[in-house]
Amino acid sequence: MTETELLTWVRGPGFQIATIIFVLGILLRLAEILMLGRKPNLAEAKGSAMSSGLRTIFTRTIPDASTFRRSAFTITAGYIFHLGLFVVIFLYAPHILVFKDALNISWPALPSTVIDATTVITIIALIALLVHRLKDPVKRYLSNFDDYLVWFVTILPLVTGYIAFHRVGLPAPSLIAIHILSVELLMIVFPFTKLMHTFTLILARWYNGAISGYRGVQS
Amino acid sequence: MTNDLSRKDKTLGEALRSQGISRRSFLKFCAATASMMALPPSMIPAIANALEKARRPSVIWLSFQECTGCTESLTRAQTATVESLIFDSISLDYHHTLQAASGHAAEAAREAAMEENNGEYLLVVDGSIPLGNPGYSTIAGISNLDMLKDTAKGAAAIISVGTCAAFGGIPHAKPNPTGAVSVSDIIKDKPIINVPGCPPIPVVITGVLTHFLTFGAIPELDHLGRPKTFYGQSIHDRCYRRPFYDKGLFAETFDDEGAKAGWCLYKLGCKGPTTYNACATTKWNGGVSFPIEAGHPCLGCSEPDFWDGGGFYKAISIPTEDITKTAIYAAAAGVAAGVAIGATGRMKKASASKAHQKVTIDDLEK
Repeated sequence: MTETELLTWVRGPGFQIATIIFVLGILLRLAEILMLGRKPNLAEAKGSAMSSGLRTIFTRTIPDASTFRRSAFTITAGYIFHLGLFVVIFLYAPHILVFKDALNISWPALPSTVIDATTVITIIALIALLVHRLKDPVKRYLSNFDDYLVWFVTILPLVTGYIAFHRVGLPAPSLIAIHILSVELLMIVFPFTKLMHTFTLILARWYNGAISGYRGVQS
Repeated sequence: MTNDLSRKDKTLGEALRSQGISRRSFLKFCAATASMMALPPSMIPAIANALEKARRPSVIWLSFQECTGCTESLTRAQTATVESLIFDSISLDYHHTLQAASGHAAEAAREAAMEENNGEYLLVVDGSIPLGNPGYSTIAGISNLDMLKDTAKGAAAIISVGTCAAFGGIPHAKPNPTGAVSVSDIIKDKPIINVPGCPPIPVVITGVLTHFLTFGAIPELDHLGRPKTFYGQSIHDRCYRRPFYDKGLFAETFDDEGAKAGWCLYKLGCKGPTTYNACATTKWNGGVSFPIEAGHPCLGCSEPDFWDGGGFYKAISIPTEDITKTAIYAAAAGVAAGVAIGATGRMKKASASKAHQKVTIDDLEK
C-alpha cells in the first residue's frame, strides 16, 4: 500500500466505518438512557422541575467557590484543555471543511498559527492532568483503564495533528493519514467510554437540576 | 542534431562550443546547477571540469504506455538554453518519437547502442509497463516488458521519467485494465532514479543528467526514489500562497473575491500539502509560472496514485465518500437498536414484577 493509497483509504472506507460506529453508538446509548424512564414521583411538587433543570445546565458551567478552592488545578487545566479542544477541532479551516461536507454548515476559521499555539497549550494541559492523576493518591485510586484510554485517544489526534502540520519525520501523506486514523480511533472508542459525557452532560445537568427543582431546593 | 554533434568521441565541452556556447554561459550554467543541487560554490569548477571532459553518454529512451507528454515537456518547453543543449548533446541513440529511423532500422540502432556501450549507457523510460497481456503495448513486435528487461541488463542506471514510469501513473489508475506497473516494480538490480510528474519539470531531468555526468553516480534519493534536491520539499511549504493558508484566507470558488485576490486554493482541492516537487521554486516555462500561480490547485501529479487520490477538487481533509448519508443511516439504526434494547429491558422488568410473589408469614413458618 502506497502512502497515497493509505490516505485515500483513511479518508474513504476508514472514515465511513468510524462514522457508523460513532453515530450509531452514541444514539444507541442515548436512546437506551432515555428508554430507562423514571418512576412517577408521587410527592407533591414544591417548585418547577423544568426551569430548575434548564437553569442548572448553565449554572454548572461555573464551579462554585468552595469546589474551585478544593481542586483549583484540576478545574483550571480541565477548562484549558476543553476550550483548547473546542478551538482546535472547530476553528481550524481544514476541520471546518469536514463539518461543511457532512452537515452543510460552515463558519469562519482562525489563523493556523493560533491553532498551532492552542494545540501546544492543550497538549501541555493534558500531560499536566495525567501527571496529576498519577501523583495524586485519591485520583490514582479512582482511575481505571477507561480513564487512561480516554486520555490517550484524546491526546493522540492533537499530537499527530501537530506533527502533520509541521511535517516531521514522515512524508506528508502518511502524516495526514496517521492523523485522520487517530481521529477515527477516537470516534470508534467514543460511544463506549467516558467520552460519552460530551453528549450526556446536558441531560445529566438538567436531571440534577430538575430533581432539586421538584423538591424546591437549590441546585 | 548535426553530424558533427553526433560524433561519439566528442566531449560535452566540445559539443557545447561547437553550438556557440561561450565559456561564460557554460560557467553560469554550472553555477546555477550547483546552487540548484544545493552544492557549495567550491563545487562549480568540479562540475565545469567534469562536464567539459564528459564523453557524450549514450542514452536509450524507451516509451511504453505513455502520452508523449514527458517528451513534449523536455523538448519543447524552453528556447535553446544550455540545459537543452546539454540534453541535445547526449547521444540519444534511440527514442522512437524523436529519431528519424523507423522499423527495423530503429531497433537496430537500439541494439547497436546497447552492444557498443554495454554497462555504460543510460536508460530513460517514460510510460508504464502492462503486465495484463504483452499485446497491450508493443514496439516492433516486442512487448514492453521484454524490451525493458532486455535493455535494462546493460544499463548503468535507469531514469524513470514521468509518473507513469516512476509509479504506474494514469494507466495504473483504477481499475488498471492493462495491469500497468512502474519500472521499479520490474527492475530490481539497477539504480533507478524516479523523476515523476505529469509531466516532470524539464530542468529536473537536465539536473539529474548533469549530476550523473558530473559525479558518475546517481543523486541522493528519497524513499520513493526521487532526487531529494528537487523533491525534498512539499509544494505547500514553498508555495507563495502559503501566507494566505496560515492567515485562514481561502478561495472558495474559482471566481470569487478570494480567487481574484490570489488566496490559498486548499479548499478547492489543492494537493500542495501532500505533494513533493519543485514546481513552486523552479516553476515552468523557463520560470514563468506554475499551476497554483495560474489559479489552479495542485493535482499532486508527482505522487504515486495521484489519479485515485479522492478527487482533484476535494480538499485533502474531506472524506472521499458521502458521509451525510452514512451518518443518517447509522443514526436511524442507532435509535432503533437503542429503543429495542430499552423496550426489551422494560418488558423484562414488567414480567419480573408480575411474577413477583410476596412472601407471607406462613411461607416463613413452613
